[in-house]
Amino acid sequence: MKLGDLMSHMLELETGLAVQLRAAAERHPDDHDIYHQCLTFAVTADKRAARLEPFAARYVGRTQWKTVVVDGSDDLLAELRTIHLRAHEVAITWSMAEQAAKALRDADLLEVAVECRSETEMQAEWFTTRIKTAAPQALVVAE
Amino acid sequence: MDRVVQRSRELLETRGGGSLGFYTSGQLFLEDYYTLALVARGGVGTNHLDGNTRLCTATAGQSLKETFGCDGQPGGLHDIEYCDTILHVGINTAETQTVLWMHELDRLRGPDPPRSVVIDPRRTESAKEAEVHLAVKPGTNLAVLNGLAQQLIDNDTVDRAFLDAHTVGLDALERTVAPYTPQRVAEICGIDPDEIRRAAAILGEAEHLLTFVLQGVYQSHQATASACAANNINLLRGMIGKPGAGILQMNGQPTAQNTRETGCNGDLPGFRNWQNEEQVNDLARLWNIELAQIPHWGPPTHAMEIFRYAEQGSIEFLWISGTNPAVSLPDLRRIRSILSQDRLFLVVSDAFLTETARMADVVLPTAMWGEKTGTFTNADRTVHLSEQAVEPPGEARSDMEIFLDYASRLGLRDKNGEPLVKWTQPEECFEAWKECSRGRPCDYTGLSYDKLRNANGIQWPCNDQAPNGTERLYETHQFPTAPDVCEDYGHDLQTGTTLTEAEFRALGAQGRAILKAAKWTPPHEWAGDEYPFALATGRTVYHFHTRTKTGRTPELQAAAPDAWVGISPSDAERLGISEGDVVRVTSPRGSIEVQARLREMREGTVFIPFHYGYWDIGDDAGPDGQPRAANELTMSIWDPVSKQPQLKIAAVKIEPVG
Repeated sequence: MKLGDLMSHMLELETGLAVQLRAAAERHPDDHDIYHQCLTFAVTADKRAARLEPFAARYVGRTQWKTVVVDGSDDLLAELRTIHLRAHEVAITWSMAEQAAKALRDADLLEVAVECRSETEMQAEWFTTRIKTAAPQALVVAE
Repeated sequence: MDRVVQRSRELLETRGGGSLGFYTSGQLFLEDYYTLALVARGGVGTNHLDGNTRLCTATAGQSLKETFGCDGQPGGLHDIEYCDTILHVGINTAETQTVLWMHELDRLRGPDPPRSVVIDPRRTESAKEAEVHLAVKPGTNLAVLNGLAQQLIDNDTVDRAFLDAHTVGLDALERTVAPYTPQRVAEICGIDPDEIRRAAAILGEAEHLLTFVLQGVYQSHQATASACAANNINLLRGMIGKPGAGILQMNGQPTAQNTRETGCNGDLPGFRNWQNEEQVNDLARLWNIELAQIPHWGPPTHAMEIFRYAEQGSIEFLWISGTNPAVSLPDLRRIRSILSQDRLFLVVSDAFLTETARMADVVLPTAMWGEKTGTFTNADRTVHLSEQAVEPPGEARSDMEIFLDYASRLGLRDKNGEPLVKWTQPEECFEAWKECSRGRPCDYTGLSYDKLRNANGIQWPCNDQAPNGTERLYETHQFPTAPDVCEDYGHDLQTGTTLTEAEFRALGAQGRAILKAAKWTPPHEWAGDEYPFALATGRTVYHFHTRTKTGRTPELQAAAPDAWVGISPSDAERLGISEGDVVRVTSPRGSIEVQARLREMREGTVFIPFHYGYWDIGDDAGPDGQPRAANELTMSIWDPVSKQPQLKIAAVKIEPVG
């Protein structure tokens, strides 16, 4: 069974997302909603990582997976795009864990995975909303 | 005006409409706003038009859109005569709506008085009249409201038949509020769990429950989620659309409702949905312009974002009408630095030389309400006609006339090359607005200036079906949540994520109200070691907004001549502060020096009225001379759904001066 590998990867993903969100907040303090929202989301990523830990202990494995998204940016649109992709990466990985939990009849993991998948999907979509608002001014009007 | 037009034209030619922004008021007339909405959205073609209603009433409108699909006050102020229970959430009518407070007192002190529950960190006059006063910590409204919903469900004092027939979202609501037991809510909010049980019992026994909500919710943390949570309480009890049972999401300014209706506060005119192409097309046909001319690629830009674009330099022209952001917006040091930039062409139209006007490149003097004719609509949809009593002084003109002059000199045209704005008089503008409102929830087509002269005070919708107006919305429990009708597809209340048409359709509301819930989260700034007090800013009865008018009224000025900070007697004693001492209040953003007043309120909470700026205290006044504006201290952060700034959430410290 390879679920252990995924659990181990997910811990890295959630921890990495929290780091990235805090770095993005740090880089964009004057875009106040982005600053505060990133910090708020970072706290939820910490909490999800904490909820993952017992499952990473239950399903032990080594990280075989690689993250597909890496760097942030000082450019706001580029930053938002990166986090958007990273958040979707986390969400789809929770979705994989959710499916595995169903197949394993692991009700505890299923409950956590459903909640975390839905939370991360909504947070990822917040970046869609924010990108759609920011893009016209940044790409058309700003110099 | 030539300079204003010339700069506008240069920018339109070189950078496009997105480099111009307009920031208006909640204190003008419908005719002023509708003219501005057409000029800015249809003529200039900018998405950057908002009102200071963003600071006062944006959450009221937004919560109505989230719950009922469209703005529009469900109840009427007359319902105060018929209710048997009143719930006040973050509203102190004794200072903010004094006429309404007299009606409330008539009931509260009269025969067969209604029962009353008040949620407010301060022991206000309204709170003193209440049977239960929940003095919650600032920033915890959503927790206490979720707690009340949890108790109503737990006690089975909800109207299951109403909920089944007329709402969606009950399962999700029940799941969300289940953890908010009295014990947990008591810990979050710093109150007694038995008080929550008592409050819930009163609400559960009500047969005619009237709920009032205002800035204590709107300018606080999780504003829209909390305002929706208040809506949920009435829906859980089936208390809507009948005499004495309703919701009043109140407004802070006299014509805020018109700002919202006419498309000057984050929506398109006539409560049209920017995501609904057919509704935007309606507007394009009415205005006889191309659909693409009206920005609708995203929600209209909110005030704080307009100022951000000006800060970054992508907005180079900002026209502020009838408001004073140099005193009323949060984090004033930043606002002053934005407004005083050389590269920003700042136009201010106002009746007085406000702190903001002093920074302007061009000041256009305006007529006040007694000096012009127009209509205004109050918080319960009542439309009034206000006729000119005297001529405006000097060169002053109404805001509508000023915008008409601008449109004409700028040469704004429709598709046929005719002038874009087709009216010159207020009454012609009102007739045009009626067409814009036709068939929409805010239908004015049954009204006219003559009709308002004969029967002043008619509530919309007023049309062929309701020629005498409509006292109360939703009497048949049919809500405007059909996808083709609704004003907004809504948001996820936790994050502020915009829902798409498909997501909205999936809710399956189709005429039913939408129960929306979110979890409580801690505010972005929480009192701690360095800044141990939670600051709430707000109003005091003698002054309005930034004292532009009330500060010039000798009796009102004498009654409340200077800024102050309210602090609880026990906190004052601990800090060695007596009544009248001058103290320094400091937040991470700035510092002010004001007199201390000992007031009954939660320990650890302080209150400062936001009215006081610098125009009347001499040339040395200001943040470096005599700092006293409450908004020197407040934060640039806003509710993720309504985008209303959180003016009631900041952490401060207090020290005696001298």
